[in-house]
Amino acid sequence: MERKTPLYDIHVAEGGKIVPFAGYLLPVQYGSGVIKEHMAVRQQAGLFDVSHMGEILFTGPTALASLNHLLTNDYSNMPVNKVRYGVMCNPQGGTIDDLVVYKFGEEAYLAVVNASNREKDYAHMAANVLDGTKCEDISDSVAQLALQGPKAPAILKKLLPEDQVPKGYYTALPNVEIQGMKCLISRTGYTGELGYEIYTSNENAPKLWKLLRETGEEFGLIPCGLGARDTLRLEAAMPLYGHEMDETITPLEAGLDFGVKLNKAEFIGREALVSAGAPQRVRIGLEVTGRGIVRERQAVFAGGEKIGVTTSGTHCPYLGKAVAMALVDAQHTAPGTEVEVDVRGRKVAAKIIPLPFYTRGK
Amino acid sequence: MSNIPAELKYSKSHEWIKEENGVFTIGLTDYAQSALGDIVFINLPEEADNVKAGESFSDVESVKAVSDVFSPVTGAVTAVNEDLLDNPALVNESPYEAWLIQVSDVSDTEELLDAEGYAAVVAAEEA
Repeated sequence: MERKTPLYDIHVAEGGKIVPFAGYLLPVQYGSGVIKEHMAVRQQAGLFDVSHMGEILFTGPTALASLNHLLTNDYSNMPVNKVRYGVMCNPQGGTIDDLVVYKFGEEAYLAVVNASNREKDYAHMAANVLDGTKCEDISDSVAQLALQGPKAPAILKKLLPEDQVPKGYYTALPNVEIQGMKCLISRTGYTGELGYEIYTSNENAPKLWKLLRETGEEFGLIPCGLGARDTLRLEAAMPLYGHEMDETITPLEAGLDFGVKLNKAEFIGREALVSAGAPQRVRIGLEVTGRGIVRERQAVFAGGEKIGVTTSGTHCPYLGKAVAMALVDAQHTAPGTEVEVDVRGRKVAAKIIPLPFYTRGK
Repeated sequence: MSNIPAELKYSKSHEWIKEENGVFTIGLTDYAQSALGDIVFINLPEEADNVKAGESFSDVESVKAVSDVFSPVTGAVTAVNEDLLDNPALVNESPYEAWLIQVSDVSDTEELLDAEGYAAVVAAEEA
């Protein structure tokens, strides 16, 4: 039985096409469709319900040491109100999940994890935290809205004094009040666009949604569903758990080196990653040059030899072309390499291109 | 609400069919295009290919997924709507003008529904 987020009734009233996703009933799109929603985020603004995401609180004198033990990134010397990406590995170096960590104080951190992995993540975290760390799954009491797009700052500034809007990328303000609603606002997102993620209580969520919709109207803001969330993250080449990474794929194979600090003394999975050495397969980008759309889990060939498999693929509305990401043998990663992808028995031509596909203009 | 023109015939798998002088023009219904969402690619057969009643002759990619299109008739493809190769969204915009293929030398057809019969199929799927 799928659960509803506190915004379910609003999605139905807004014309959302509701589908089950990660145990929740969420809109895959609204009336305007995935392409218009995607373009709104690239050019104006879009509003997403991401209340399905999991939130796990770490508190206590050893909270930092626990995070450094559980996660691949280094959370030492992290300023308060900073956000930092990381990966949680199993002892074999495979990926249990990827997540972001907020620091609120020397003994208070919040990890935000993928909805589909929440139970698994919490079980692993609770079993492996050090003495002196309290680890608490607070997901059910937290709603999250993502306000994304170049107009997002202007929309928030209509509702808040400028110093209440987080400025730096991956920074957060934990105690902002929007019309009496207590919110955590961070300059983060999963679209490759400028934007914010706003956390509030379940009770506040419907009022906050309506307020952002009304305020955003003059800026061209529209509600966006899971379909656009996926095409936006793919166009920006952001990895998605279950596609670019899973328990059998290491974060180094997935190209997440920036979030893996092998020079850290210890973390779960470190030994396996170090002894594996340079990855034998790596994540690359493909541009489809033939006719068709490449999807996930399709075989990739170079010179007749199978070199790997796609992990995600779609038609990118903003770039106006079909792209895919793939995990391929490390010898076959040079941009420009011509390959073929087996699309349901038909060979479709593609070439390797650098990631990301899309980068936001400054 | 789905638009279901009275003058056309329909298959249960959401294709529309118009027959004129032995030429069967085949497209996707309004209900089908709406369920698929934004269409970004249509893989069509070529002229002179044979199609078989009940079998897939095309796949349609929307932003989210790929779906097969089934032929309601057995015969030979005599024309392909090449406009759709460059602009597949025409199927979303005007599904009853944006035909996919034309088939002649038809030797077999699936059970074809009239508008009323097809409306009942759509109503059952929407329920």
